[in-house]
Amino acid sequence: MKYAAKKIAAMLLTMVVVSLLTFTAFSLISGDAAEIMLGTQVTPERLAALRSELGLDRPLPARYLSWLLGFFTGDLGMSLQYHQPVRELIAPKVLVTLCLSVLCFLLITAVSIPLGLWSASRSGEALDGARTVVNQLCMAVPSFFTGILLSWGFGIALKWFMPGSFPDLGEDFFGAVKYLFFAAVAIAIPRVAMTVRMLRGTILTEMQKDYVRTAISRGAPRRRVLYRHVLKNSLAPVVTFLAQTMAEIVAAGIVVEQVFVIPGLGRILVASISNRDYLVVQAIVVILAFWVVLANTAADIINQRIDPRLRLGGDA
Amino acid sequence: MRRKNGYLTAGLILAGLTAALILLGFFWTPYDPNAMSMDRTGPTLAHLMGTDNFGRDIFSRVMKGAGATASIALTTVAIGAVCGTAAGALTGYFGGIADEILMRINDALTAFPSVLLALVVISVLGPGKKLNVILALGLVFIPSFARITRTAFAALRDVNYVKSARLMGAGSGRILLVHILPNVMHVLLPALTIGFNNAVLAEASMSYLGIGVTPPDASLGYMLSEAQGMFGIAPWYAAGTGLAVVLMVFSAGLIGEGLQRRNGEGA
Amino acid sequence: MRKKLLALLLLVSLLSAVLCGCKDGSAGQAPADGQEPTIGSTGETANEITVGIAQDLDDSLDPHKAVAAGTKEVMFNVFEGLVKPTSDGDLIPAVADHYELSEDKTTYTFTLREGVLFHNGEPVDTGDVVYSIQRCADDSEGEPLVPALSAVQSITADETTVTITLDQPNTEFLSYLTLAILPEGYDRQDTAPVGTGPFKFVSRAAQDNIVLEKFDEYWGTPAYLDKVTFKIMENADSIIVSLQSGAVDLFAHLSSTQAAQLQNDFNIEEGTMNLVQALYLNNAVEPFDDVRVRQALSCAVDKQGVIDIAFAGYGHPIGSSMYPAFGKYFDESLASYYTPDLERAKALLADAGYPDGFSMTITVPSNYQPHIDTAQVLVNQLSQIGVTAEIQLVEWGTWLSDVYAGRQFQSTVVGVDASNMTARALLERFSSTAGNNFINYNNADYDALFAQALSTFDDAEQTAVYRQMLENLTENAANVYIQDLADLVAVRKGLTGLQFYPIYVLDLSTVRCE
Repeated sequence: MKYAAKKIAAMLLTMVVVSLLTFTAFSLISGDAAEIMLGTQVTPERLAALRSELGLDRPLPARYLSWLLGFFTGDLGMSLQYHQPVRELIAPKVLVTLCLSVLCFLLITAVSIPLGLWSASRSGEALDGARTVVNQLCMAVPSFFTGILLSWGFGIALKWFMPGSFPDLGEDFFGAVKYLFFAAVAIAIPRVAMTVRMLRGTILTEMQKDYVRTAISRGAPRRRVLYRHVLKNSLAPVVTFLAQTMAEIVAAGIVVEQVFVIPGLGRILVASISNRDYLVVQAIVVILAFWVVLANTAADIINQRIDPRLRLGGDA
Repeated sequence: MRRKNGYLTAGLILAGLTAALILLGFFWTPYDPNAMSMDRTGPTLAHLMGTDNFGRDIFSRVMKGAGATASIALTTVAIGAVCGTAAGALTGYFGGIADEILMRINDALTAFPSVLLALVVISVLGPGKKLNVILALGLVFIPSFARITRTAFAALRDVNYVKSARLMGAGSGRILLVHILPNVMHVLLPALTIGFNNAVLAEASMSYLGIGVTPPDASLGYMLSEAQGMFGIAPWYAAGTGLAVVLMVFSAGLIGEGLQRRNGEGA
Repeated sequence: MRKKLLALLLLVSLLSAVLCGCKDGSAGQAPADGQEPTIGSTGETANEITVGIAQDLDDSLDPHKAVAAGTKEVMFNVFEGLVKPTSDGDLIPAVADHYELSEDKTTYTFTLREGVLFHNGEPVDTGDVVYSIQRCADDSEGEPLVPALSAVQSITADETTVTITLDQPNTEFLSYLTLAILPEGYDRQDTAPVGTGPFKFVSRAAQDNIVLEKFDEYWGTPAYLDKVTFKIMENADSIIVSLQSGAVDLFAHLSSTQAAQLQNDFNIEEGTMNLVQALYLNNAVEPFDDVRVRQALSCAVDKQGVIDIAFAGYGHPIGSSMYPAFGKYFDESLASYYTPDLERAKALLADAGYPDGFSMTITVPSNYQPHIDTAQVLVNQLSQIGVTAEIQLVEWGTWLSDVYAGRQFQSTVVGVDASNMTARALLERFSSTAGNNFINYNNADYDALFAQALSTFDDAEQTAVYRQMLENLTENAANVYIQDLADLVAVRKGLTGLQFYPIYVLDLSTVRCE
């Protein structure tokens, strides 16, 4: 419990730093925000009036605090481009993006752990080299390219789904998940390859350890040693690794959403960046970063349950 | 460990081949990569990878584009590695409160998904410029290099030869550069190849989002995203550029694999 | 030991609870699981279509404030004015039933059509009409929304008629009354627009879709379709895949490359875009403040070459700010005023003090592939006279704010449309004082001609003056004019009735499923 509390405290601290960094970065440039809104009709008086209306004339710490408060009460300000509350604008999209990342995460976990075990157990066999090559190849193809191949293959040729017609998440949840699945595959392939490679390495290192050698030399079945002991001791680093891929899943999601025309945060994020709609960008960035921090913290806590030795290690 | 390291050799050969084509591309390409014509064909002997929608020779463009991509990726990794290693070395070696603060910020930065962070930096610097893309990606790679090298430097801080060097009156700078850095190389080198790959792929992603390097000085990423739009009538365009991206990342990946195996990791 | 046992027990009971929970959950969801896909798999009945568009409607949905051609194109289905344009380029009464023009041609009397309703169910009365026109004519905050309305001297109304008096006769005035009639006192046009058109606005999800539904109480011929969803998709690859998969039924403004990939399931209909596509030059910045430089660029650019290379030969070369659909104003000969002549171009450049050429930036909105393609060919052509052009892609919103409103640019490839069927709609913007003169064209002769055109009431005479203005633009190479783009529209087989207009609109009220 103490460990979890400590981790959660660290998480909150990281979140504060994350939001502070984002907020400061955007505040440095948001002087423009008032100017952008006024466009060609900018005069010093109007600028000053608008700046005070937007609260831009207050000191930075005060603005940060009121923004943070707004963030947790759901008041994210107004979008400059859409004249709509940011919350209204992005709420349905947040759900879609989170769904996609969770799905993708589950997919990676479900596929890479058995594959990693299999790959490790076959280490040193004839096709080991070929497996490594395939693994490296999987990491070399950009997700958005895999995405378009999947769209043509499964969408157009096989008609397993209809690219470009993402159903509403609330109305047709399973249809939406089915649609998201293909995007998740595109994102997952390189990450599965990485996880398999990592798991394989960890297991092989573990197999070299004395207790394993002893167990095997005493006649315990190799397979049993592998599943009973080695896997258990290799799991903690893998969980950490998987949690860290959450950041990459989210990043790849921003791109792959475009390929599959999924109405998640990606499109509006890119558009808002270009349109300098900073309140929208700021909100999305912080939400995604919080999501990643949350995943990492969860992994740490789970790990400590799996492997109590970590309790001593602190935040290594 | 004494076994012949096939990955490293294969990777180096492939990378050498790629580098040779890129270097050649700086001086000579089969056609002017920007010369347009009405001649649109699939792969032929005259046009190894066919021509694109403007009748430009894809192979020539791939040579140039690979050069652009490689230079972006290399500069990016250089920025990330130098700054990251410096930060990692200082915090890892000296520790203390500065370490605590820097690592907190580092943790926070790792919470930003790479492309997201690059997007934010781009939005501050302004989109469409090659330099801005490089700066954005370079910044993105600093935290991971810092984390890797910090651990290595911290581990070597108290080993005997470092201690004795310190006793003999060597300055901190000298210890860091001469005594520790060479022994950190074995973790740094594989990290460099991974960084290179991430940079190539991240640049491609940004091009796909329309905020990477813009035409006509197209990078591979831009060409690949353009090729996707005509997949139905000119699949060779996507095939050619895709192959180039994959080859580049794959060869660096093999080198990384080889280096790591030489270190005895994941043997 | 005991502690461990306790923990184990707790864990087991927890696990079983979770497992039971799962079982209950899945049992509860099973029927839904079975049904759901059949309902939602396509989400379309026969009378709904999905139309793909390349850009979000993100400037403002208020028809009086919207400036993007893409926004006006979609919202054409939602709004109507006193009169509205037909596909032939004529004007027919819409919200008005009929109108009369006084002897001295300065007073229009509109009689409102009976039974015209707004989408919110309220009847249109003369107060709404007066409000809408006055809103566009209001100049208390600087430039009025529709500058041409400054000609209005007075508007009066009784129960059924609206009388508009002009300060002098104006043959083009009627065209401006296509401006949307909006309900008075409704202040959410920005986000939830209400008009009188055949379709009503239902919803917008930013960067995702816009939904319109048939307006059942429409006064005129009702729309055939019950529901139209405009789906925003920017990437060329997603557009093709979405059309091929059946997710999108209609997509306008395709490139020739895109159209070539669609020929099996789709009819590719060809119209013209009714845009003046040009390399627009900021006449106020170096080096384009020198007429010789602008002329040099015009000599270096091969319009037909652009059309052949980037558009597979589809497109109509133009030489000034006018496109062929305008008939009487369009002068075919201007298109060949500058013939591709590299020697002459180089000589002009040398004359202007740039014997070795110069570097320039072409800003292009990233969501309009035709403009990007054109820009790429231009870069190639300009390099032949030593001009190094660099393309800068920007998001559409950025283009609007920086280039169009802010005039912070060197050159840009874009298409300029006419908001209505008058020469003035295309040409007023180049008078030196016009608020939308984004290229900063400043030519005293041109201004004088424009004043003359405004004060001329004889149609033939006025046409002649407008043609002189067009020549002025060509001779001074205000911009490097290229073409009126071909408009290739992919229409799924089985959909008919799409009409092309001489203005940039996508009228869906006549589209129907066979």
